[in-house]
Amino acid sequence: MSPFDLLLQQIINGLSLGSMYALLALGFTIVYGIMELINFSHFNVFMIGSFVAMGVLSLFGLQGQSILMHGAPLVVALIVALVVTMVACGLLGVLIERVALRPLRGVQGPMAMITTIGVSYVLSNATMLALGANTKNFPNPIPPMTFHIGTAQITAFQIVIWVLSALLMGGLYMFVQRSKLGKAMRATAQDPDAALMMGVEVNRVIMTAFFLGSALAGAAGFIFGLYYNFTNFGIGFTAGLRAFTAAVLGGIGNIPGAMLGGILIGLIEAMAGQYVGAKWADVIIFSLLVLVLIARPAGLLGRLAPTKS
Amino acid sequence: MLEFRNVNTYYGDLHVLKNVNYNLGAGEIICLLGGNACGKSTTMKTIMGIVRPTSGEVIFEGQRIDKLSTAERVRRGIAPVLEARRLFPRMTVFENLEMGAFTRKRGPEFNEDLDRVYTLFPRVKERRDQQAGTLSGGEQQMVAIGRALMARPKLICMDEPSMGLSPLFVEQTFEIIQTINRQGVTIFMVEQNAAMALSIAHRAYVLQTGQVVLSGPASELRENEQIREAYLGEMQVAAE
Ligand SMILES: Nc1ncnc2c1ncn2[C@@H]1O[C@H](COP(=O)(O)OP(=O)(O)OP(=O)(O)O)[C@@H](O)[C@H]1O
Ligand SMILES: [Mg+2]
Repeated sequence: MSPFDLLLQQIINGLSLGSMYALLALGFTIVYGIMELINFSHFNVFMIGSFVAMGVLSLFGLQGQSILMHGAPLVVALIVALVVTMVACGLLGVLIERVALRPLRGVQGPMAMITTIGVSYVLSNATMLALGANTKNFPNPIPPMTFHIGTAQITAFQIVIWVLSALLMGGLYMFVQRSKLGKAMRATAQDPDAALMMGVEVNRVIMTAFFLGSALAGAAGFIFGLYYNFTNFGIGFTAGLRAFTAAVLGGIGNIPGAMLGGILIGLIEAMAGQYVGAKWADVIIFSLLVLVLIARPAGLLGRLAPTKS
Repeated sequence: MLEFRNVNTYYGDLHVLKNVNYNLGAGEIICLLGGNACGKSTTMKTIMGIVRPTSGEVIFEGQRIDKLSTAERVRRGIAPVLEARRLFPRMTVFENLEMGAFTRKRGPEFNEDLDRVYTLFPRVKERRDQQAGTLSGGEQQMVAIGRALMARPKLICMDEPSMGLSPLFVEQTFEIIQTINRQGVTIFMVEQNAAMALSIAHRAYVLQTGQVVLSGPASELRENEQIREAYLGEMQVAAE
Protein backbone atom coordinates (compact mmCIF):
# COMPACT_ATOMS: atom_id res chain seq x y z
CA MET A 1 0.00 0.00 0.00
CA SER A 2 1.28 3.44 -0.86
CA PRO A 3 1.50 5.96 2.02
CA PHE A 4 -1.43 7.79 0.54
CA ASP A 5 -3.61 4.68 0.35
CA LEU A 6 -2.58 3.81 3.86
CA LEU A 7 -3.76 7.18 5.08
CA LEU A 8 -6.97 6.84 3.11
CA GLN A 9 -7.54 3.41 4.63
CA GLN A 10 -7.17 4.80 8.12
CA ILE A 11 -9.56 7.63 7.34
CA ILE A 12 -12.11 5.05 6.20
CA ASN A 13 -11.62 3.01 9.36
CA GLY A 14 -11.60 6.10 11.52
CA LEU A 15 -14.88 7.32 10.10
CA SER A 16 -16.51 3.99 10.92
CA LEU A 17 -15.20 3.98 14.48
CA GLY A 18 -15.97 7.67 14.76
CA SER A 19 -19.60 7.11 13.81
CA MET A 20 -19.87 4.66 16.68
CA TYR A 21 -18.30 7.08 19.15
CA ALA A 22 -20.52 9.87 17.86
CA LEU A 23 -23.69 7.84 18.44
CA LEU A 24 -22.51 7.04 21.92
CA ALA A 25 -21.41 10.61 22.66
CA LEU A 26 -24.85 11.94 21.72
CA GLY A 27 -26.41 10.23 24.73
CA PHE A 28 -24.04 11.99 27.12
CA THR A 29 -24.64 15.31 25.49
CA ILE A 30 -28.45 15.14 25.27
CA VAL A 31 -28.83 14.24 28.94
CA TYR A 32 -26.21 16.76 30.03
CA GLY A 33 -27.84 19.49 27.98
CA ILE A 34 -31.11 19.03 29.80
CA MET A 35 -30.10 18.04 33.32
CA GLU A 36 -26.44 19.07 33.63
CA LEU A 37 -25.83 15.50 34.67
CA ILE A 38 -22.96 13.35 33.48
CA ASN A 39 -24.60 9.97 33.13
CA PHE A 40 -21.97 7.28 33.52
CA SER A 41 -24.53 4.49 33.40
CA HIS A 42 -24.57 5.27 29.67
CA PHE A 43 -21.27 3.31 29.38
CA ASN A 44 -22.96 0.06 30.16
CA VAL A 45 -26.23 0.66 28.41
CA PHE A 46 -23.95 0.58 25.37
CA MET A 47 -22.34 -2.66 26.53
CA ILE A 48 -25.74 -4.26 27.10
CA GLY A 49 -26.73 -3.09 23.62
CA SER A 50 -23.99 -5.25 22.13
CA PHE A 51 -25.29 -8.29 24.02
CA VAL A 52 -28.90 -7.66 23.03
CA ALA A 53 -27.85 -7.37 19.39
CA MET A 54 -25.85 -10.58 19.66
CA GLY A 55 -28.83 -12.35 21.22
CA VAL A 56 -31.24 -11.25 18.52
CA LEU A 57 -28.82 -12.21 15.75
CA SER A 58 -28.43 -15.66 17.27
CA LEU A 59 -32.22 -16.06 17.22
CA PHE A 60 -31.92 -15.69 13.46
CA GLY A 61 -29.24 -18.35 13.53
CA LEU A 62 -26.49 -15.83 12.96
CA GLN A 63 -23.54 -16.96 15.02
CA GLY A 64 -19.79 -17.11 14.54
CA GLN A 65 -17.86 -15.72 11.65
CA SER A 66 -19.32 -17.59 8.69
CA ILE A 67 -21.71 -15.94 6.31
CA LEU A 68 -25.02 -17.73 6.66
CA MET A 69 -27.50 -15.40 5.05
CA HIS A 70 -27.70 -13.22 2.00
CA GLY A 71 -29.94 -10.62 0.49
CA ALA A 72 -33.32 -9.77 1.90
CA PRO A 73 -33.37 -12.22 4.85
CA LEU A 74 -30.04 -10.84 6.04
CA VAL A 75 -31.26 -7.27 5.76
CA VAL A 76 -34.40 -8.16 7.70
CA ALA A 77 -32.38 -9.90 10.42
CA LEU A 78 -30.07 -6.91 10.77
CA ILE A 79 -32.92 -4.41 10.90
CA VAL A 80 -34.84 -6.45 13.47
CA ALA A 81 -31.72 -6.80 15.58
CA LEU A 82 -31.10 -3.07 15.38
CA VAL A 83 -34.64 -2.06 16.25
CA VAL A 84 -34.93 -4.51 19.14
CA THR A 85 -31.55 -3.41 20.49
CA MET A 86 -32.41 0.28 20.28
CA VAL A 87 -35.81 -0.11 21.89
CA ALA A 88 -34.47 -2.37 24.64
CA CYS A 89 -31.65 0.04 25.45
CA GLY A 90 -33.98 3.04 25.26
CA LEU A 91 -36.29 1.40 27.80
CA LEU A 92 -33.33 0.48 29.98
CA GLY A 93 -32.27 4.13 29.99
CA VAL A 94 -35.77 5.25 30.94
CA LEU A 95 -35.84 2.65 33.71
CA ILE A 96 -32.50 3.83 35.11
CA GLU A 97 -33.75 7.41 35.16
CA ARG A 98 -37.02 6.47 36.78
CA VAL A 99 -35.62 4.17 39.46
CA ALA A 100 -32.19 5.56 40.29
CA LEU A 101 -32.14 9.21 39.27
CA ARG A 102 -35.61 10.70 39.67
CA PRO A 103 -35.58 10.31 43.47
CA LEU A 104 -32.43 12.46 43.49
CA ARG A 105 -33.88 15.19 41.28
CA GLY A 106 -33.26 18.59 42.76
CA VAL A 107 -30.64 17.32 45.19
CA GLN A 108 -27.63 19.61 45.00
CA GLY A 109 -24.13 18.29 44.50
CA PRO A 110 -22.64 15.24 42.83
CA MET A 111 -25.04 12.63 44.26
CA ALA A 112 -26.82 11.92 41.00
CA MET A 113 -23.56 11.58 39.11
CA ILE A 114 -22.12 9.19 41.70
CA THR A 115 -25.34 7.20 41.43
CA THR A 116 -24.85 6.81 37.69
CA ILE A 117 -21.37 5.39 38.36
CA GLY A 118 -22.96 2.90 40.75
CA VAL A 119 -25.59 1.93 38.21
CA SER A 120 -22.87 1.48 35.64
CA TYR A 121 -21.06 -1.05 37.83
CA VAL A 122 -24.30 -2.85 38.65
CA LEU A 123 -25.01 -3.26 34.94
CA SER A 124 -21.56 -4.53 34.09
CA ASN A 125 -21.35 -6.90 37.06
CA ALA A 126 -24.84 -8.23 36.50
CA THR A 127 -23.91 -8.94 32.89
CA MET A 128 -20.74 -10.69 34.01
CA LEU A 129 -22.60 -12.84 36.52
CA ALA A 130 -25.39 -13.70 34.14
CA LEU A 131 -23.38 -14.36 31.00
CA GLY A 132 -19.87 -15.04 32.21
CA ALA A 133 -16.67 -13.03 32.17
CA ASN A 134 -15.27 -14.55 29.00
CA THR A 135 -15.13 -12.62 25.77
CA LYS A 136 -17.87 -13.61 23.33
CA ASN A 137 -17.62 -13.95 19.59
CA PHE A 138 -19.88 -11.40 17.96
CA PRO A 139 -21.24 -12.70 14.63
CA ASN A 140 -19.94 -11.23 11.43
CA PRO A 141 -22.94 -11.70 9.17
CA ILE A 142 -22.28 -9.12 6.48
CA PRO A 143 -20.71 -10.57 3.32
CA PRO A 144 -17.12 -9.39 2.81
CA MET A 145 -17.86 -7.34 -0.27
CA THR A 146 -15.22 -4.70 -0.78
CA PHE A 147 -14.81 -1.65 -2.95
CA HIS A 148 -11.41 -0.34 -3.79
CA ILE A 149 -9.99 3.13 -3.96
CA GLY A 150 -6.45 2.52 -5.07
CA THR A 151 -5.39 -0.22 -2.72
CA ALA A 152 -7.48 1.09 0.15
CA GLN A 153 -10.67 -0.82 0.65
CA ILE A 154 -14.12 -0.06 1.91
CA THR A 155 -16.09 -3.05 3.08
CA ALA A 156 -19.83 -3.38 2.69
CA PHE A 157 -20.09 -3.40 6.42
CA GLN A 158 -18.38 -0.02 6.75
CA ILE A 159 -20.87 1.43 4.32
CA VAL A 160 -23.65 -0.04 6.43
CA ILE A 161 -22.21 1.72 9.49
CA TRP A 162 -21.97 5.05 7.69
CA VAL A 163 -25.46 4.93 6.27
CA LEU A 164 -26.92 3.79 9.57
CA SER A 165 -25.11 6.46 11.58
CA ALA A 166 -26.05 9.17 9.12
CA LEU A 167 -29.70 8.13 9.27
CA LEU A 168 -29.76 7.98 13.06
CA MET A 169 -27.95 11.26 13.57
CA GLY A 170 -30.01 12.98 10.88
CA GLY A 171 -33.16 11.57 12.44
CA LEU A 172 -32.16 12.80 15.88
CA TYR A 173 -31.33 16.22 14.52
CA MET A 174 -34.67 16.48 12.73
CA PHE A 175 -36.50 15.29 15.81
CA VAL A 176 -34.86 17.88 18.03
CA GLN A 177 -35.29 20.68 15.49
CA ARG A 178 -38.77 19.98 14.19
CA SER A 179 -40.94 17.94 16.54
CA LYS A 180 -42.88 19.45 19.38
CA LEU A 181 -41.17 17.27 21.96
CA GLY A 182 -37.80 18.06 20.39
CA LYS A 183 -38.47 21.76 20.72
CA ALA A 184 -39.51 21.22 24.32
CA MET A 185 -36.14 19.49 24.83
CA ARG A 186 -34.26 22.44 23.42
CA ALA A 187 -36.31 24.92 25.41
CA THR A 188 -35.71 22.96 28.61
CA ALA A 189 -31.98 22.84 27.91
CA GLN A 190 -31.88 26.61 27.37
CA ASP A 191 -34.07 27.70 30.27
CA PRO A 192 -35.71 24.96 32.34
CA ASP A 193 -37.86 27.29 34.46
CA ALA A 194 -39.18 29.20 31.49
CA ALA A 195 -39.93 25.93 29.68
CA LEU A 196 -41.81 24.71 32.73
CA MET A 197 -43.91 27.86 32.69
CA MET A 198 -44.81 27.30 29.05
CA GLY A 199 -46.45 24.10 30.27
CA VAL A 200 -43.65 21.69 29.32
CA GLU A 201 -43.74 18.58 31.46
CA VAL A 202 -40.17 18.19 32.56
CA ASN A 203 -40.46 14.49 33.34
CA ARG A 204 -41.53 13.75 29.80
CA VAL A 205 -38.63 15.73 28.39
CA ILE A 206 -36.15 13.94 30.63
CA MET A 207 -37.61 10.53 29.77
CA THR A 208 -37.35 11.36 26.08
CA ALA A 209 -33.73 12.40 26.49
CA PHE A 210 -32.88 9.15 28.24
CA PHE A 211 -34.79 7.07 25.73
CA LEU A 212 -33.17 8.66 22.70
CA GLY A 213 -29.67 8.72 24.15
CA SER A 214 -29.86 5.12 25.31
CA ALA A 215 -31.36 3.92 22.03
CA LEU A 216 -28.43 5.48 20.18
CA ALA A 217 -26.07 3.81 22.66
CA GLY A 218 -27.74 0.51 21.73
CA ALA A 219 -27.07 1.18 18.06
CA ALA A 220 -23.46 2.01 18.94
CA GLY A 221 -23.17 -1.28 20.87
CA PHE A 222 -24.39 -3.14 17.80
CA ILE A 223 -21.83 -1.35 15.64
CA PHE A 224 -19.10 -2.12 18.17
CA GLY A 225 -19.86 -5.82 17.89
CA LEU A 226 -19.86 -5.75 14.12
CA TYR A 227 -16.64 -3.76 13.98
CA TYR A 228 -14.53 -5.68 16.49
CA ASN A 229 -16.32 -9.05 16.31
CA PHE A 230 -16.33 -9.52 20.03
CA THR A 231 -18.02 -8.25 23.12
CA ASN A 232 -17.68 -8.70 26.86
CA PHE A 233 -18.97 -7.15 30.05
CA GLY A 234 -16.09 -4.66 30.17
CA ILE A 235 -16.35 -2.90 26.79
CA GLY A 236 -18.51 -0.11 28.19
CA PHE A 237 -15.76 1.49 30.19
CA THR A 238 -13.15 1.91 27.44
CA ALA A 239 -15.45 2.84 24.58
CA GLY A 240 -17.70 4.85 26.92
CA LEU A 241 -14.84 6.92 28.27
CA ARG A 242 -13.70 7.72 24.75
CA ALA A 243 -17.21 8.70 23.72
CA PHE A 244 -17.57 10.84 26.81
CA THR A 245 -14.31 12.51 25.88
CA ALA A 246 -15.73 13.06 22.42
CA ALA A 247 -18.75 14.80 23.90
CA VAL A 248 -16.55 17.09 26.02
CA LEU A 249 -14.20 17.72 23.10
CA GLY A 250 -17.10 18.82 20.91
CA GLY A 251 -18.69 20.86 23.71
CA ILE A 252 -20.88 18.94 26.11
CA GLY A 253 -24.55 19.72 25.68
CA ASN A 254 -24.04 20.51 22.00
CA ILE A 255 -25.44 17.93 19.55
CA PRO A 256 -23.33 18.74 16.47
CA GLY A 257 -20.37 18.98 18.85
CA ALA A 258 -20.86 15.37 19.98
CA MET A 259 -20.96 14.22 16.36
CA LEU A 260 -17.80 16.13 15.49
CA GLY A 261 -16.01 14.98 18.65
CA GLY A 262 -16.95 11.36 17.98
CA ILE A 263 -15.63 11.43 14.44
CA LEU A 264 -12.38 13.05 15.61
CA ILE A 265 -11.83 10.44 18.30
CA GLY A 266 -12.49 7.66 15.79
CA LEU A 267 -9.97 9.13 13.36
CA ILE A 268 -7.37 9.50 16.10
CA GLU A 269 -7.85 5.92 17.21
CA ALA A 270 -7.43 4.64 13.66
CA MET A 271 -4.41 6.85 12.93
CA ALA A 272 -2.74 6.00 16.22
CA GLY A 273 -3.19 2.30 15.49
CA GLN A 274 -1.50 2.71 12.13
CA TYR A 275 1.28 5.16 12.83
CA VAL A 276 2.24 5.06 16.50
CA GLY A 277 0.70 1.92 17.95
CA ALA A 278 -2.78 1.32 19.27
CA LYS A 279 -1.66 1.54 22.87
CA TRP A 280 -0.95 5.23 22.36
CA ALA A 281 -4.47 6.03 21.23
CA ASP A 282 -5.74 7.04 24.65
CA VAL A 283 -2.64 9.08 25.40
CA ILE A 284 -3.17 11.05 22.20
CA ILE A 285 -6.92 11.39 22.75
CA PHE A 286 -6.59 12.75 26.26
CA SER A 287 -3.64 15.01 25.42
CA LEU A 288 -5.71 16.49 22.64
CA LEU A 289 -8.60 16.92 25.02
CA VAL A 290 -6.43 18.85 27.45
CA LEU A 291 -5.04 21.06 24.68
CA VAL A 292 -8.47 21.81 23.26
CA LEU A 293 -9.89 22.62 26.67
CA ILE A 294 -7.01 24.99 27.40
CA ALA A 295 -7.69 26.86 24.18
CA ARG A 296 -11.48 26.50 24.22
CA PRO A 297 -12.73 25.61 27.70
CA ALA A 298 -16.24 25.00 26.41
CA GLY A 299 -15.10 22.51 23.77
CA LEU A 300 -14.93 22.91 20.00
CA LEU A 301 -18.55 23.90 19.38
CA GLY A 302 -19.61 24.58 22.97
CA ARG A 303 -20.64 27.85 24.50
CA LEU A 304 -19.33 29.04 27.80
CA ALA A 305 -21.91 30.06 30.37
CA PRO A 306 -25.17 29.39 28.58
CA THR A 307 -27.44 32.42 28.40
CA LYS A 308 -29.43 31.93 31.54
CA SER A 309 -30.38 34.57 34.05
CA MET B 1 -61.16 35.41 38.79
CA LEU B 2 -57.93 34.82 40.73
CA GLU B 3 -57.85 34.77 44.48
CA PHE B 4 -55.20 34.23 47.15
CA ARG B 5 -56.64 33.20 50.51
CA ASN B 6 -54.22 33.49 53.43
CA VAL B 7 -51.31 32.27 51.35
CA ASN B 8 -48.01 31.54 53.08
CA THR B 9 -44.93 30.72 51.03
CA TYR B 10 -41.52 29.63 52.26
CA TYR B 11 -38.11 29.04 50.73
CA GLY B 12 -36.67 26.67 53.30
CA ASP B 13 -36.90 28.66 56.53
CA LEU B 14 -37.40 31.97 54.81
CA HIS B 15 -41.01 33.06 55.18
CA VAL B 16 -41.73 35.15 52.09
CA LEU B 17 -45.49 35.58 51.60
CA LYS B 18 -47.23 36.06 54.93
CA ASN B 19 -50.98 35.51 55.00
CA VAL B 20 -51.44 37.18 51.67
CA ASN B 21 -54.88 37.82 50.19
CA TYR B 22 -55.49 39.06 46.65
CA ASN B 23 -58.70 39.18 44.73
CA LEU B 24 -58.50 39.94 41.03
CA GLY B 25 -61.64 40.54 39.03
CA ALA B 26 -62.01 39.38 35.45
CA GLY B 27 -61.09 42.09 32.95
CA GLU B 28 -59.03 44.15 35.37
CA ILE B 29 -55.48 45.41 35.24
CA ILE B 30 -54.11 44.94 38.73
CA CYS B 31 -50.66 45.98 39.71
CA LEU B 32 -48.55 44.77 42.56
CA LEU B 33 -46.14 47.31 43.98
CA GLY B 34 -43.39 46.85 46.50
CA GLY B 35 -39.72 47.27 47.20
CA ASN B 36 -37.00 44.76 46.44
CA ALA B 37 -37.26 41.30 47.92
CA CYS B 38 -40.75 41.81 49.32
CA GLY B 39 -42.16 38.79 47.49
CA LYS B 40 -43.47 40.11 44.19
CA SER B 41 -41.80 37.51 42.02
CA THR B 42 -42.69 34.89 44.60
CA THR B 43 -46.33 35.87 44.11
CA MET B 44 -45.97 35.19 40.38
CA LYS B 45 -44.20 31.89 41.01
CA THR B 46 -46.97 30.87 43.39
CA ILE B 47 -49.59 31.58 40.74
CA MET B 48 -47.67 29.58 38.13
CA GLY B 49 -46.95 26.70 40.49
CA ILE B 50 -43.17 27.03 40.53
CA VAL B 51 -43.46 27.59 44.27
CA ARG B 52 -46.14 25.86 46.33
CA PRO B 53 -47.77 27.63 49.26
CA THR B 54 -47.31 25.96 52.64
CA SER B 55 -50.78 27.01 53.64
CA GLY B 56 -53.64 28.95 52.12
CA GLU B 57 -55.46 28.59 48.83
CA VAL B 58 -55.00 29.86 45.32
CA ILE B 59 -58.28 29.94 43.44
CA PHE B 60 -58.73 30.47 39.72
CA GLU B 61 -62.21 30.77 38.25
CA GLY B 62 -63.74 29.27 41.37
CA GLN B 63 -61.45 26.24 41.57
CA ARG B 64 -58.42 25.59 43.70
CA ILE B 65 -55.29 25.42 41.60
CA ASP B 66 -52.55 25.39 44.22
CA LYS B 67 -52.00 21.65 43.90
CA LEU B 68 -52.09 21.57 40.09
CA SER B 69 -49.06 21.23 37.84
CA THR B 70 -47.81 24.29 36.01
CA ALA B 71 -48.84 22.75 32.69
CA GLU B 72 -52.42 22.34 33.93
CA ARG B 73 -52.52 25.97 35.06
CA VAL B 74 -51.32 27.10 31.65
CA ARG B 75 -54.02 24.93 30.07
CA ARG B 76 -56.64 26.60 32.22
CA GLY B 77 -55.63 30.00 30.94
CA ILE B 78 -52.79 31.51 32.95
CA ALA B 79 -49.69 32.65 31.08
CA PRO B 80 -46.55 34.35 32.34
CA VAL B 81 -44.37 37.17 31.08
CA LEU B 82 -41.31 36.38 33.12
CA GLU B 83 -38.95 38.69 34.94
CA ALA B 84 -36.16 39.68 32.52
CA ARG B 85 -38.13 38.19 29.58
CA ARG B 86 -36.46 34.79 29.68
CA LEU B 87 -36.87 33.94 26.03
CA PHE B 88 -35.25 30.76 24.73
CA PRO B 89 -32.13 32.47 23.39
CA ARG B 90 -31.06 29.92 20.80
CA MET B 91 -34.51 29.34 19.38
CA THR B 92 -36.00 31.57 16.73
CA VAL B 93 -38.65 34.16 17.49
CA PHE B 94 -41.21 31.92 15.82
CA GLU B 95 -40.16 28.92 17.88
CA ASN B 96 -40.47 31.00 21.03
CA LEU B 97 -44.02 31.83 20.03
CA GLU B 98 -44.66 28.16 19.37
CA MET B 99 -43.45 27.37 22.87
CA GLY B 100 -46.02 29.82 24.18
CA ALA B 101 -48.69 27.67 22.58
CA PHE B 102 -47.10 24.47 23.89
CA THR B 103 -50.14 23.18 25.76
CA ARG B 104 -52.45 23.71 22.79
CA LYS B 105 -53.12 21.77 19.62
CA ARG B 106 -51.75 23.18 16.39
CA GLY B 107 -54.70 24.29 14.28
CA PRO B 108 -56.58 27.28 12.90
CA GLU B 109 -56.66 28.82 16.36
CA PHE B 110 -52.87 28.81 16.43
CA ASN B 111 -52.78 30.81 13.22
CA GLU B 112 -55.37 33.25 14.53
CA ASP B 113 -53.29 33.85 17.62
CA LEU B 114 -50.17 34.23 15.55
CA ASP B 115 -51.91 36.87 13.44
CA ARG B 116 -53.01 38.66 16.56
CA VAL B 117 -49.42 38.78 17.84
CA TYR B 118 -48.08 39.92 14.48
CA THR B 119 -50.74 42.63 14.30
CA LEU B 120 -49.88 43.91 17.76
CA PHE B 121 -46.16 43.69 17.05
CA PRO B 122 -45.30 44.03 13.35
CA ARG B 123 -41.66 44.06 14.43
CA VAL B 124 -41.99 40.54 15.79
CA LYS B 125 -43.19 39.34 12.41
CA GLU B 126 -40.16 40.91 10.72
CA ARG B 127 -37.85 39.11 13.13
CA ARG B 128 -39.62 35.77 13.14
CA ASP B 129 -36.62 33.77 11.93
CA GLN B 130 -34.03 35.52 14.07
CA GLN B 131 -32.53 33.86 17.14
CA ALA B 132 -34.31 35.34 20.14
CA GLY B 133 -31.04 35.86 22.02
CA THR B 134 -29.88 38.35 19.40
CA LEU B 135 -32.91 40.66 19.71
CA SER B 136 -32.74 44.01 21.46
CA GLY B 137 -34.25 44.25 24.93
CA GLY B 138 -37.34 45.98 23.62
CA GLU B 139 -37.86 43.41 20.89
CA GLN B 140 -37.43 40.65 23.42
CA GLN B 141 -40.16 42.17 25.53
CA MET B 142 -42.52 42.14 22.53
CA VAL B 143 -41.75 38.48 21.93
CA ALA B 144 -42.23 37.70 25.63
CA ILE B 145 -45.67 39.30 25.59
CA GLY B 146 -46.47 37.65 22.27
CA ARG B 147 -45.39 34.30 23.65
CA ALA B 148 -47.80 34.71 26.56
CA LEU B 149 -50.62 35.59 24.17
CA MET B 150 -49.99 32.40 22.19
CA ALA B 151 -51.32 30.44 25.17
CA ARG B 152 -54.67 32.20 24.54
CA PRO B 153 -54.74 33.11 28.24
CA LYS B 154 -57.48 34.57 30.37
CA LEU B 155 -54.93 35.92 32.81
CA ILE B 156 -51.42 37.15 32.06
CA CYS B 157 -49.00 37.54 34.95
CA MET B 158 -46.25 40.01 34.16
CA ASP B 159 -43.15 40.37 36.27
CA GLU B 160 -41.67 43.83 35.80
CA PRO B 161 -42.46 44.37 32.14
CA SER B 162 -40.75 47.77 32.13
CA MET B 163 -37.45 46.53 33.51
CA GLY B 164 -34.49 47.69 31.44
CA LEU B 165 -36.57 49.43 28.77
CA SER B 166 -36.19 53.03 27.61
CA PRO B 167 -38.92 55.45 28.79
CA LEU B 168 -40.39 55.66 25.29
CA PHE B 169 -40.53 51.91 25.06
CA VAL B 170 -42.04 51.57 28.51
CA GLU B 171 -44.85 53.81 27.36
CA GLN B 172 -45.43 51.69 24.25
CA THR B 173 -45.40 48.52 26.32
CA PHE B 174 -48.02 49.90 28.67
CA GLU B 175 -50.19 50.90 25.72
CA ILE B 176 -49.96 47.36 24.40
CA ILE B 177 -50.88 46.01 27.83
CA GLN B 178 -53.99 48.18 27.79
CA THR B 179 -54.86 46.98 24.30
CA ILE B 180 -54.54 43.35 25.35
CA ASN B 181 -56.65 44.07 28.40
CA ARG B 182 -59.37 45.64 26.27
CA GLN B 183 -59.43 42.43 24.25
CA GLY B 184 -60.59 40.74 27.45
CA VAL B 185 -57.43 39.50 29.12
CA THR B 186 -57.00 40.10 32.85
CA ILE B 187 -53.56 41.49 33.69
CA PHE B 188 -51.70 41.00 36.95
CA MET B 189 -48.56 43.06 36.82
CA VAL B 190 -45.62 43.44 39.16
CA GLU B 191 -44.00 46.82 38.78
CA GLN B 192 -41.29 48.95 40.33
CA ASN B 193 -42.29 51.79 38.03
CA ALA B 194 -45.27 52.66 40.23
CA ALA B 195 -46.23 55.87 38.52
CA MET B 196 -46.57 54.26 35.11
CA ALA B 197 -48.25 51.18 36.47
CA LEU B 198 -50.82 53.12 38.47
CA SER B 199 -51.63 55.21 35.44
CA ILE B 200 -53.00 52.20 33.56
CA ALA B 201 -54.07 49.91 36.40
CA HIS B 202 -57.60 49.67 37.77
CA ARG B 203 -56.50 48.48 41.17
CA ALA B 204 -53.29 47.91 43.03
CA TYR B 205 -51.83 46.03 45.96
CA VAL B 206 -48.80 47.15 47.91
CA LEU B 207 -46.60 44.46 49.36
CA GLN B 208 -44.11 45.08 52.15
CA THR B 209 -41.85 42.28 53.41
CA GLY B 210 -44.37 39.72 52.33
CA GLN B 211 -47.50 41.37 53.66
CA VAL B 212 -50.18 43.31 51.85
CA VAL B 213 -50.11 46.72 53.53
CA LEU B 214 -52.35 48.65 51.18
CA SER B 215 -54.80 47.96 48.43
CA GLY B 216 -57.44 49.82 46.52
CA PRO B 217 -58.35 51.53 43.26
CA ALA B 218 -55.31 52.85 41.42
CA SER B 219 -56.67 56.37 41.45
CA GLU B 220 -56.82 56.36 45.25
CA LEU B 221 -53.35 54.95 45.59
CA ARG B 222 -52.02 57.66 43.33
CA GLU B 223 -53.27 60.21 45.85
CA ASN B 224 -52.07 58.29 48.90
CA GLU B 225 -49.35 60.13 50.80
CA GLN B 226 -47.45 56.99 51.78
CA ILE B 227 -47.33 55.76 48.21
CA ARG B 228 -46.30 59.15 46.92
CA GLU B 229 -43.39 59.20 49.31
CA ALA B 230 -42.32 55.63 48.82
CA TYR B 231 -42.84 55.01 45.12
CA LEU B 232 -43.92 58.09 43.23
CA GLY B 233 -41.03 60.40 44.01
CA GLU B 234 -39.71 60.13 40.52
CA MET B 235 -43.00 60.98 38.91
CA GLN B 236 -43.31 64.17 40.89
CA VAL B 237 -39.83 65.22 39.94
CA ALA B 238 -40.58 64.45 36.34
CA ALA B 239 -43.87 66.31 36.46
CA GLU B 240 -42.35 69.48 37.92
N1 LIG C 1 -35.44 30.15 44.98
C1 LIG C 1 -35.24 30.85 46.12
N2 LIG C 1 -34.62 30.26 47.15
C2 LIG C 1 -34.42 30.95 48.32
N3 LIG C 1 -34.81 32.21 48.52
C3 LIG C 1 -35.43 32.83 47.51
C4 LIG C 1 -35.68 32.19 46.27
N4 LIG C 1 -36.32 33.06 45.46
C5 LIG C 1 -36.47 34.19 46.17
N5 LIG C 1 -35.94 34.07 47.40
C6 LIG C 1 -35.93 35.10 48.45
O1 LIG C 1 -37.28 35.46 48.71
C7 LIG C 1 -37.39 36.85 48.92
C8 LIG C 1 -38.44 37.41 47.98
O2 LIG C 1 -37.98 37.25 46.66
P1 LIG C 1 -38.79 37.77 45.39
O3 LIG C 1 -38.03 37.30 44.18
O4 LIG C 1 -40.20 37.36 45.51
O5 LIG C 1 -38.64 39.34 45.53
P2 LIG C 1 -39.20 40.50 44.61
O6 LIG C 1 -40.22 41.21 45.39
O7 LIG C 1 -39.58 39.99 43.28
O8 LIG C 1 -37.91 41.41 44.48
P3 LIG C 1 -37.33 42.24 43.22
O9 LIG C 1 -38.07 43.51 43.18
O10 LIG C 1 -35.90 42.45 43.62
O11 LIG C 1 -37.50 41.41 42.02
C9 LIG C 1 -36.01 37.43 48.71
O12 LIG C 1 -35.43 37.68 49.98
C10 LIG C 1 -35.25 36.35 47.97
O13 LIG C 1 -33.89 36.36 48.31
MG1 LIG D 1 -38.84 40.12 41.35
